[in-house]
Amino acid sequence: DTSLAEVNSFSPSMPISPSSMINQYKFEDEPELRDLFITVDDPESHITAIETFITYRVVTKTSRGEFDSSEYEVRRRYQDFLWLKSKLEEAHPTLIIPPLPEKFIMKGMVERFSDEFIETRRKALHKFLNRIADHPTLTFNEDFKIFLTAQAWELSSHKKQGPGLLSRMGQTVRAVASSVRGGVKNRPETFTEMNDYIETFSQKINVLDKIAHRIYKEEREYFNEMKEYGPIHTLWSASEEDIADSLKGVASCIDKCCKATEKRMAGLSENLLPILHEYVLYSEILMGVLKRRDQIQGELDSRVDALANKKTEKDLFSEEIGKLEDKVECANNALKADWDRWKQNMQCDMRSTFTNVAENNLRYYEECLATWESFLASQRVYLHVEEDSEDTP
Amino acid sequence: VLSFRAVESQSEGQCAPVDSLWRRYSEFELLRNYLSVTYPHIVVPPLPEKRADFVWHKLSADNMDPDFVERRRIGLENFLLRVASHPVLCQDKIFYSFLTQEGGWKEMVNETGFQLKADSRLKALNATFRVKNPDKRFTELKHYSDELQSVISHLLRVRARVADRLYGVYKVHGNYGRVFSEWSAIEKEMGDGLQSAGHHMDVYAASIDDILEEEEHYADQLKEYLFYAEALRAVCRKHELMQYDLEMAAQDLTSKKQQCEELATGTVRTFSLKGMTSKLFGQETPEQREAKLKVLEEQIQEGEEQLKSKNLEGRDFVKSAWADIERFKEQKNHDLKEALISYAVMQISMCKKGIQVWTNAKECFSKM
Repeated sequence: DTSLAEVNSFSPSMPISPSSMINQYKFEDEPELRDLFITVDDPESHITAIETFITYRVVTKTSRGEFDSSEYEVRRRYQDFLWLKSKLEEAHPTLIIPPLPEKFIMKGMVERFSDEFIETRRKALHKFLNRIADHPTLTFNEDFKIFLTAQAWELSSHKKQGPGLLSRMGQTVRAVASSVRGGVKNRPETFTEMNDYIETFSQKINVLDKIAHRIYKEEREYFNEMKEYGPIHTLWSASEEDIADSLKGVASCIDKCCKATEKRMAGLSENLLPILHEYVLYSEILMGVLKRRDQIQGELDSRVDALANKKTEKDLFSEEIGKLEDKVECANNALKADWDRWKQNMQCDMRSTFTNVAENNLRYYEECLATWESFLASQRVYLHVEEDSEDTP
Repeated sequence: VLSFRAVESQSEGQCAPVDSLWRRYSEFELLRNYLSVTYPHIVVPPLPEKRADFVWHKLSADNMDPDFVERRRIGLENFLLRVASHPVLCQDKIFYSFLTQEGGWKEMVNETGFQLKADSRLKALNATFRVKNPDKRFTELKHYSDELQSVISHLLRVRARVADRLYGVYKVHGNYGRVFSEWSAIEKEMGDGLQSAGHHMDVYAASIDDILEEEEHYADQLKEYLFYAEALRAVCRKHELMQYDLEMAAQDLTSKKQQCEELATGTVRTFSLKGMTSKLFGQETPEQREAKLKVLEEQIQEGEEQLKSKNLEGRDFVKSAWADIERFKEQKNHDLKEALISYAVMQISMCKKGIQVWTNAKECFSKM
């Protein structure tokens, strides 16, 4: 795996030969070999004359040689994460860059700076950086390194460098122009299959996301009603004598089950909901990646088409065509490898998430079962005592 | 040993047109009214509800819903069993003929003229407010029955809402099944796990129907005691009425004795218009006074006898009513305890089903 250490960040104008890239993408994710550990925590509010914003503390611990130090602590705001993501997309147009949490959440009337919103965002940002760290290529990206290590002013000045807005716009215009031609007609079968897959996957994951939210909502409504249910039995026990204990017992069982339901809900919101949401975002990202691949192919195709009639100028442009062909091959290989990696990760994530959901529910039912069984045992003992005393004359 | 042909004719009513079912329910009502009036010292078992009440969302308030009709049939059967196992009520001839005689029973009941014995609601209400010295135990019992009614109503209402929400939780999980199935179509390795997990989610969603149907029977057990609270109150009201009657009779007697004394001694102790007019316009003749005295003395004697018998009646009522109330209390404690135990058993069964389904689902997920 020595090729790994040689790879540095690269931009679209500097394609590396396909073979070295292929070697690189054979790298399997092995958590034990991790040498970069990142945490995102400690959200802090900053108030200036112009705006209010939140920064998060990003702590990095590493044993890598290319890092000057083994530990870094910086503060970043959401804008900085957005910058990082766009730099990564620029550098690797056909790699699957992990999703960022959204800027705003429309649906749940959540205030921009509510504690819940900040915590959800913090967790998602943490995930984002760690997914990049786990990615065989992205983990060595230079902008990523700067993001993790640079002090605030260093980052600002670095951000200002790099291709200007106009040139970036120029790239976009060219991309749009070539996308008009599509690159779809010459699209290799693999990528058509990917496209079909993503369309269906996107549909299904969105539905799942809705279902999961609905389940959470129903469980919360159930919890709210249960809160009232137990105390009524206690109230009743106040006007009874003989059955007061039984009533209090039932009240206590219901209250315990109520708490168990609260735990179940928490499990859902900590685990299933964020993962499904992440994959909803992923499906959009994947569709974007496929489009960009098509665009790159489109550039080549349009050039080839343009030259189809100009036999005389073929030699002049053969070098350009050659470069574009290389570019397409790189892009395709990058995407194929990253796609396989993404699918494996997705399978793994889904397996562990849904298993966790099942375990959550099991724990819930087991807790409730134990509660009611112990109540039953206490009642049956009482009945047996009564029966015995009836037998004795 | 009593046979339950009446129950069979009740279930016939389910096949017969709508109004015949109602008539049969009305015959039960007639029977109960008769028993309540004829045995006012007994806590008469209540009838099941006529219309579906405390429903949760899934069950419509439809009185023709087969589940509701069945549960009401069971409730009516239960009513008859209660009456049949009551030491006093089971001996009643009208009850016996309700069970054995199909034709002409209604006329037979009406011929007893029991409606005439019924106390007017207004009279009873009046007595409740004005009685001065009711037996303390009945006052306490009345408070208890009010509390019982209030707390069971509340419980049933919340239970219905909890059931509604629980239904929602289970049924939403059913949506997993279809999505998992459709998703599994595009997956190679994950497909099987998803598909089979989806199946278990369908099983989970479907399981709630039986669970909640069983819980309805538990709710019915509580409802019976909700309605029993009214029966308890009826006995208390009867006591108050009798006590008030007694107090009025005693008051009346006292005032008559006073009048007697005044006439006999010629002194007017209390101001009265008659006394004034007689002062102004001259006193009565001795013969007139004599006649009046005689009438009063007769009335007093009657009154004293009546008071004696009313007193006796009242004491007998209190004694026999309280005996039945003690019997009722034991029955109530036993039944409610059993009901709570059966509720626990239902919860345990629900938990075990949940554990089974999610264990299966977990296995499927872990194989994805």
